[in-house]
Amino acid sequence: MRSLFALAILGLALPAAATEATDAARLERLVTQDCGSCHGLTLKGGLGSPLTPAALADAEPEGLASIILDGVPGTAMPPWRPLLSEEEALWIARYLKDAPQ
Amino acid sequence: MKYALLALCLATPALADEYRATGDLGLIVERATGSLVVVDQSDRAAIGRIEGLGDLSHASLVYSPDERYAYVFGRDGGLSKVDILSREIVARVLQAGNSIGGAISDDGTLVAVSNYEPGGVRVFDAKTLEMVADIPTESKTIGLVDAPGRRFVFTLWDKGETWIADMKGAEPAITKVTGMGANPYDALLAGSGRTYITGLFGEDGLTALDLWDETPEPIRVLPGYGRGEEELPVYKMPHLEGWAEAAGEFVLPAVGHHEVLWIDARDFRETGRTETHGQPVFAMARPDGRQVWVNFAHPLNDTVQVIDRMTHEVIHEMKPGPAVLHMEFTPRGHEVWISVRDENRVDIYDTETFEKLGEVAAESPSGIFFTARAHRTGL
Repeated sequence: MRSLFALAILGLALPAAATEATDAARLERLVTQDCGSCHGLTLKGGLGSPLTPAALADAEPEGLASIILDGVPGTAMPPWRPLLSEEEALWIARYLKDAPQ
Repeated sequence: MKYALLALCLATPALADEYRATGDLGLIVERATGSLVVVDQSDRAAIGRIEGLGDLSHASLVYSPDERYAYVFGRDGGLSKVDILSREIVARVLQAGNSIGGAISDDGTLVAVSNYEPGGVRVFDAKTLEMVADIPTESKTIGLVDAPGRRFVFTLWDKGETWIADMKGAEPAITKVTGMGANPYDALLAGSGRTYITGLFGEDGLTALDLWDETPEPIRVLPGYGRGEEELPVYKMPHLEGWAEAAGEFVLPAVGHHEVLWIDARDFRETGRTETHGQPVFAMARPDGRQVWVNFAHPLNDTVQVIDRMTHEVIHEMKPGPAVLHMEFTPRGHEVWISVRDENRVDIYDTETFEKLGEVAAESPSGIFFTARAHRTGL
């Protein structure tokens, strides 16, 4: 399993050097499909809390990124550090805050 | 009047002069586009589409006893009644802000929906979708199933309680069972309608209830099954569905571990564990119970494994493609349909030879539901 995570990290690290557009599309997809499995496909919430720009209005991108990376202990929010880099987490945090309604 | 006639003609494609039974039909949820594909299981083909159902992420549905209508539970709180013959929405209500599945009563007259926001269960007349009961729980509510005796059973994520709502009288009679455990994430009712099992996220283990008991008490199942082992991050909650019973054993996904758990269906003792490719999402017994098919959470969700009930060993592994979300057996289990979300396709396999028999195109497919579910308790 460890090697799979390592592979996943490697897999993510390589295309990061590729075009930004591909990267954005990949991360957008991850937000919709994988964050969406708890927070709802439209991010209006589910088992997880809503992640709409309105819901996140008072949150700092850096704070959100650290929640994404390390999760929220004692809740169902898992740490995504094994699958995402810090830059990617920050990208997602900013994307969530700026997403069109 | 003319408009009404016109609408009627458009909505009934060539069915007036053609009798069509629904026993081998089914619906596939297209989660991103808010639509359903109508499929013919015998022909292994799509035969139509129903659109306009709202947000169908994590959607599920149940069937009327005559297998003509489906009640579709959308994430956005939408409850839609669709006619699978005329392929139209015949009734629709936006009954809550955020929902997570539903159930139909054993007599087919009531449809219940389980809601996150506002937390609770709402019950509707199956004919008209008029609300007949509102049961607030002040908690996100999960694991809603129908139970024999015009009852619904559901569980409270935030409070760790299971409520049994008896709908035989004018008002729901509620029995509350406390102490079910920390953060129950989903539940199932085993085929006979006697055993309700809820999986726990907040602690290792599961909790069972004997619904034949006058005052059901929580029965701890495998408490601390992962104790001492490293818990993996859970990127997708497992699902518990009424396909867990395999010839006298229940097979259940472990949370945060790469394994499925086997327990004796009568005394809930552990009978084994099977190490799997990833964290299981669905562990589904083929209707005869001989095999169990398992799919997995992100990022290992391109794979399906088949486990033999006799040996508890993985006997086959396949990689249908990225994001395998759901599997549905034909009613007698000779074939299985598997949705491959990111390939926009549903694959059909022979469950004995594992040969691929066909595929059906669908946009971001998730749940697959054959009409034979109409006659199963707890689905």
